[in-house]
Amino acid sequence: MSVAVKEGQDARHLVRDLVKEMGHEKAELIPILHEINGALGYISDDAIEELSEQLKVPTSHIYSVATFYRMLSTEPRGRHVIQFCESAPCHVAGGRLVWQKLQQELGLAKGETSEDNRWTLLTVSCLGVCGVGPVMIVDNDIYGNLTPEQVPDILSNYE
Amino acid sequence: MAYFRSHVLISVDPLCVEKGAYELMDALQDELVKQGLVDEVQVLETSRIGDPQTAGPDLMVYPEAVHYTNLTVDDLPFLVEEHFLKGRVAEQYIQETKAVADEELSAPQAKEVRIVLKNIGEIDPLNIEEYIARDGYLALGKVLTEMTPEATIQEILDSGLRGRGGAGFPAGLKWRFIRSAEGEQKFMICNADEGDPGAFANRRVLEGDPHAVIEGMIIAAFAAGAHQGYIYCRAEYPIAVNTMKTAIEQARSFGLLGDDILGTGFSFDLEVRMGAGAFVCGEETALMASIEGKRGEPRPRPPFPAQKGLWEQPSNINNVETYANVPQIILNGAQWFASLGYKKSTGTKTFSMAGDVKNTGLIEVPFGISLREIIYDVGGGIKGDKKFKAVQTGGPMGGCLPETYLDLPMDYEALAEAGSILGSGGLVVMDEDTCMVDIARFFMEFTQDESCGKCTPCRVGTRRILEILTQICAGKGKPEDIDTLRMLCDQINENSLCGLGKGAPNPVKSTLEHFLDEYEAHIHEKRCPAKVCKALIRFEIQDGPCTGCTLCARNCPVDAISGERRQTHVIDPDLCIKCGICEQLCPYDAIEIV
Repeated sequence: MSVAVKEGQDARHLVRDLVKEMGHEKAELIPILHEINGALGYISDDAIEELSEQLKVPTSHIYSVATFYRMLSTEPRGRHVIQFCESAPCHVAGGRLVWQKLQQELGLAKGETSEDNRWTLLTVSCLGVCGVGPVMIVDNDIYGNLTPEQVPDILSNYE
Repeated sequence: MAYFRSHVLISVDPLCVEKGAYELMDALQDELVKQGLVDEVQVLETSRIGDPQTAGPDLMVYPEAVHYTNLTVDDLPFLVEEHFLKGRVAEQYIQETKAVADEELSAPQAKEVRIVLKNIGEIDPLNIEEYIARDGYLALGKVLTEMTPEATIQEILDSGLRGRGGAGFPAGLKWRFIRSAEGEQKFMICNADEGDPGAFANRRVLEGDPHAVIEGMIIAAFAAGAHQGYIYCRAEYPIAVNTMKTAIEQARSFGLLGDDILGTGFSFDLEVRMGAGAFVCGEETALMASIEGKRGEPRPRPPFPAQKGLWEQPSNINNVETYANVPQIILNGAQWFASLGYKKSTGTKTFSMAGDVKNTGLIEVPFGISLREIIYDVGGGIKGDKKFKAVQTGGPMGGCLPETYLDLPMDYEALAEAGSILGSGGLVVMDEDTCMVDIARFFMEFTQDESCGKCTPCRVGTRRILEILTQICAGKGKPEDIDTLRMLCDQINENSLCGLGKGAPNPVKSTLEHFLDEYEAHIHEKRCPAKVCKALIRFEIQDGPCTGCTLCARNCPVDAISGERRQTHVIDPDLCIKCGICEQLCPYDAIEIV
């Protein structure tokens, strides 16, 4: 069995388990997509198809919802996801220089994933910790009061 | 019940958790066991203690109210011995600037009134008994046993409470609409999708005092005749989501949610729904679409949510802060609440301050306080003693106000007249180094990105504005751009469906009005007065101060800097990408922007 097929089956299993747990209500669509995104790192075509069968909603609807929300992704992401806060309080607190440095260090622009699959660079809207801006989240770790000089050190913590 | 002589509150807000608050908590518990103090000292979780600039993790010891900060696990054996065994304050770990229990920022005492933030940092949000001990759910008991729904609505109307989400619509009136609306079922919704960059008051309330929101919602549900409620919280606030879920379970187990609340026959239950990162979901019709599992796109009103809301049923939407005010109004009376504030804006408002002020953070003050008092008395003035340039109120849909507006009393009407909004109480302060054209461009980038795309004026209009502003910042502005921008602002404002589109032009409109000279300098003189816009500036190394230390040359990402050691260095303008790293690094301030 090829890796892709196996992953597809895993995704379908996952969706079936989630629907069993969370119910068939159409209102559960976004919470279920959250779970899928968390488990697989993104929402795959297989997952969308299976969910469509389970909830009896068209794949087009699921796709339209999955692409509407910023925290859901229909593209595979890297092993580590960096989310940089792009909001005004972080911007005026020196966020611009940190963001430049991040892009430079990674060789990535907003929304890109590195070829070795190590990084995905994203921006995120306000995280509500504006008192310590600029702020970014790497996977689930939050970093505040960032300066451009700290960027290489922080990145080196992630393999 | 066990008796503890000391209570230690550990802050478990996102930043402290990141800095090891939970590890510290475990280690502290172990240390207390080791030193035989475990029956005398209780360790509890709380939300943010201290101002957000502290190093964290933070720890507060009661009853003395001693605030320790910047602790590591290694500090604990000494600290526990000193403080809890020997009863001496371990001075070296004391927070320097602010000694006692001021959670975030403290307004001058005469000015600050805490209603919504009353319990924040004082109680363990995950323990319902602590909320109850501070008169929690007393208001609910009063409403359910002594008052009719109509009397409850009247009390809220008399208090003058207005929606704290931004629009400022009287809460009591909303409740009356839904009470008289017809439908199979009515829904009570809490808008906890606090998306405005720079606003974080709702997060603090959700994380620090969840039961105040729940109690407010039950009272509102009783008044309106609703039996099911939803708290729609943004996914960017994972701790708030979990805290609310735990609080709801606890309230249920105490008979405060579910069937037959307090044995009065009234039933109401609550559920938390999570967003998925879409700013527009803060708009009420978009929010309801999102709860239903759809794309969060607004729809035209009428019908208003009170007539046809969630699942086409009558629904009431208020925000976190509005609900959190309700129990206090019931307990202390409408007259008390109405006596606070200014003109038609009664009560208090939380303001989240960020940007170039010395003290950033959260305050709660009665309406009517001036911007100057907030920025200078509470915020401590501008960072680095620079000059104030502008303050943006009310989030990305608000306007930028210049110095002449600093004595404006903060209330819904005064800000609207000034061409801005109160919004959710976000204040972004900007100093003289801020380029207002760049800021307008920045906000436009945000709204353009967050526009849901449903209606053309917003989807295309914001993009056109952004394109023009980008050109101006790049030194390619044309004289007619200013008129085009003004026309676009009016068009978008008049023809968009929801608040996002209607408010989107505000940052551009207000900067055009108050900082036109900066636009003109960009367009006509190809000059950025604040020296921010990259295309319009150059970096130069000054002959005098440069010592030839080579620091800049070694750190230049594009090797644009050359020069011998101990000789003045030179930047090659053709290679320079104007990243500004050299200017930041230079210890001798030898690099100048011209």
